[in-house]
Amino acid sequence: MIPTLNGRIQTRIFLVLFIGIPWTLIITPFLPNNRDLIPGSSLLDTYKTTFTVLGIVLAVSLIVWEWLYHFLQQFRWEKDWPVMFSLFLVVPEAIVAKVIFNALDIGTKFNATATDATFWWHIGTTWLVMWLFVLGPIKIFFIRWRFNGGRIFF
Amino acid sequence: MISTPGSVLEQKIEAPPAAPMPGDLNDELLSTDFWTDDMVHRAGIPVVDVPFVSCGGGMGSFVLSTYLRVAGADPSQIRVLSNLEHPWQTYEYLTRVSQIPRPERLRSDSQGMPDCLWGFPSYALREARKEKKLFPIWNVLTEPIFADYWTPRAGTVFSGLERETKRIRYFDMLVQGQVRMVRRRTGGGYFTILTPPPGTSATRRVAYRSQYVHLAIGYPGLKFLPDLQEYRQKYNDLAHTVNAYEPHEHIYEGLLAKPGTVLVRGGGIVASRVLQRLMDDREKKGAQTEILHLFRTYYSGRHNKWGLAKRRGAYGFAFQGFNAPKSAWGGQHIQQMLKLEGKARKDLYELTGGAHTPYRKYWLDQMKRGREQGWYKTYQGEVTEVKPGPNGVVTTIRQQNGSTATLEAQIILDCTGLEADIREHRIYADLLEHSGAGRNPLGRLDVDPSFEARGTRSGSGRIYASGSATYGGYFAGVDTFLGLQLSAQRITDDLAKQGFVKKIGVGRSFSHWWKWFRHKGI
Repeated sequence: MIPTLNGRIQTRIFLVLFIGIPWTLIITPFLPNNRDLIPGSSLLDTYKTTFTVLGIVLAVSLIVWEWLYHFLQQFRWEKDWPVMFSLFLVVPEAIVAKVIFNALDIGTKFNATATDATFWWHIGTTWLVMWLFVLGPIKIFFIRWRFNGGRIFF
Repeated sequence: MISTPGSVLEQKIEAPPAAPMPGDLNDELLSTDFWTDDMVHRAGIPVVDVPFVSCGGGMGSFVLSTYLRVAGADPSQIRVLSNLEHPWQTYEYLTRVSQIPRPERLRSDSQGMPDCLWGFPSYALREARKEKKLFPIWNVLTEPIFADYWTPRAGTVFSGLERETKRIRYFDMLVQGQVRMVRRRTGGGYFTILTPPPGTSATRRVAYRSQYVHLAIGYPGLKFLPDLQEYRQKYNDLAHTVNAYEPHEHIYEGLLAKPGTVLVRGGGIVASRVLQRLMDDREKKGAQTEILHLFRTYYSGRHNKWGLAKRRGAYGFAFQGFNAPKSAWGGQHIQQMLKLEGKARKDLYELTGGAHTPYRKYWLDQMKRGREQGWYKTYQGEVTEVKPGPNGVVTTIRQQNGSTATLEAQIILDCTGLEADIREHRIYADLLEHSGAGRNPLGRLDVDPSFEARGTRSGSGRIYASGSATYGGYFAGVDTFLGLQLSAQRITDDLAKQGFVKKIGVGRSFSHWWKWFRHKGI
């Protein structure tokens, strides 16, 4: 990938909105959870948790990560961003999201139906799906994406 | 000058037909910048009306016609005027003579697919499926960190093109002949003059009257290094100096039969290919070739700072994966270029261009063995003299420290791949002279970000250009598969704005990809 800063930000927003959200809708009911142990809890609580996580990931990426990646990209002669980088960046991003998640005590806010496993499985699979989409299929829909440094909307 | 199948160098001076033929160019037409319909009529040249004409018929014309077809143009609206029989003819010729036969790999990205405008599924996926191997997928996922760039086999590309030409009905749009010139038409649009093959037309010329013209005529020709050209002429010695883009298989065969010394000149991809061939012959077939390698610019380490990064280099070579930094194909490089004009643009070209070659472990290992065993030696210097010697040709160089050295070799292989001036091609010469076209900071055809040739507008008509002639514009990767796609996309978008075709939006893109995926004709 050969993103520009603007392109990075647009691609990220697109991925979370159009891949992250549908995927979260699909996967949340199947994620590990402890709803059985908490009387009065429902799937809705888990949904609230997973969508909050998605929001945290998006917010942090727009405020911090993409700018940092863009800066690091300047150290590459080709000014490209190998696809492998994008895959492995889930590690720092997920860790930071988890720290924020714990600090804001989000788990307990929504009846504590989510466990650590809910968090990791959700973020891991969502990342993988978004990454796979960017690897190829995105170009089927947006033929200008790759020639515009990742810009989608404007 | 070296002619290619698509170039017109050998037909520069057209032999007049055996018997005078009607419908030829006359003095009035030749000397007038704007032609009226009447003038063409008076000359007796028949006129064919078609909205879009693409001159060239090589990869550039093909990629653009694919885009236009996907954007809704009917084959009847497009005519490709060409002296080639199929779009990959010149390309295949050049790759073959420069040591890339069909089973060998090109220097092209896995997603740079002239036969698929979406670039998905990529060549790597195609090869993985066809050969039932996971390696290509692993490679593209880990490159360029853990693996050298994966590149497709030439044969994979050619067979894909064969299929795609049929799918988009390319041959329905193809008209054989030699394009002579493009002139603006009074009242808008253009006349493109075609000389049909002898015996196929009642008149010597046919005029195509169109609103749009696309020029994708490739290299005007390839040029010999001036000092070698001078040597050739002065001593009338063609046997000892050869250009890598000329057929030169006999050289390798000769070296297998009898040991000899070869001087390779140039530090680009062609030099790498030729060195590999010479070294493979030595290591695998027992040739005893001694190789001298002369660089004009010798890189021994990181050099040319761009942004916060420097380009890698070693043993004379500068390393870069593709023709330009990857970000030239849509990322930061082109973004930066779009703000640069004149000298500033030229400077960025110099910084990120020059001769360079991909970093391939195989090549580096081979050269290392050559250096260690003493049969591969590198030099840096400016050539001051080339003359015949007792054992071949003697090249005198002035080295960087001021001393001179002489290199004697039986064969000099010019791998510099110099391109001739665009004026050597008569279509461009005519365009510069009569149609208002100008030159960009590198001296080639000046185009705007939509690849419209600046200064050539005629009423509502437009002339677009793509390929090597536009090098020096905002986009440095023009002369590549991916570059032809980028240009075709920008041209198609511009044409959509003018209402000639439909805009390729999400829906059209997806539905056409689905057709492409199922090999369904359009």
